[in-house]
Amino acid sequence: MSKRFGKKDLIFFAILLVAAIGLLIFYQNRSLEQGQCIIIARNGENYGTYSLEKDQSISVKNEDGNVTNVVVIEDGVVHMEKATCPDHLCMHQKSISMDKETIVCLPNKVTITVIGGNEGELDAVAN
Amino acid sequence: MKKKTAHMGLFLALSMILSYVESLIPFSFGIPGIKLGLANLVVVLMLYEMGAKEALCVSVLRIVLTGFLFGNGFSILYSLAGGLLSFLGMFLLKRSGWFKCITVSTAGGILHNIGQVIVASIVVSNYYIFYYIPVLLIAGTITGFINGLLSQEIIIRIGKRLPKGGK
Repeated sequence: MSKRFGKKDLIFFAILLVAAIGLLIFYQNRSLEQGQCIIIARNGENYGTYSLEKDQSISVKNEDGNVTNVVVIEDGVVHMEKATCPDHLCMHQKSISMDKETIVCLPNKVTITVIGGNEGELDAVAN
Repeated sequence: MKKKTAHMGLFLALSMILSYVESLIPFSFGIPGIKLGLANLVVVLMLYEMGAKEALCVSVLRIVLTGFLFGNGFSILYSLAGGLLSFLGMFLLKRSGWFKCITVSTAGGILHNIGQVIVASIVVSNYYIFYYIPVLLIAGTITGFINGLLSQEIIIRIGKRLPKGGK
């Protein structure tokens, strides 16, 4: 074949395509349930659990008591309102509300994870 | 030797400029952390034209220097993880001799994203981040493919005039 694209390249891209379609099907079939509450974690430790049904603004503080991130729950969806990190990637992320969706602020090590309301289900995930 | 050092410096400067140019181009699809990775173009080119050691050296230096200039300590950590995994993958795939430049670069793009997700999930101890993997896979394929296409055309068209490894 040509010097630009060979047979083995074709095989590589075919495998990639199959893997992408496979993953897509897997994620389509995954139950996208409406979440009930969110867990905010800092440094991998649980910071607090908050209901998605109540509109609220949560300030996440670091060890020194300074506010590093502000999480806002509005109309059943959650987003990062403010962050002290330099890149603000977490603030540009879309609002989330579905089970297991996550917003991450890497520099501040703060994560927001949506979970279902069912406690048993939560334990199953944790295990 | 002196000539080679000068050429490597030139490539390093080029990759740093590409990093800067890239920060001016909005290319995010609304997904955080996705970049075109234009600087990897230089890494692919060097891997093919100058040699693996030289490419690795410039890649690491570029990440550290641009990290200090435009980013922060964290961005260096993630970029290094992605950059090293991507380099290892591209080096092995190229050495196998089975694939063309475009495939090597695409694999590099994917591995770059996977490396970053692994470090990110370790840092925040939140494994739900792995739900981003399909998105990052697709993004890595697109960016790696674009870079591969570009570097392949460069190598085919002006590869003979590019500085070579050795003395």
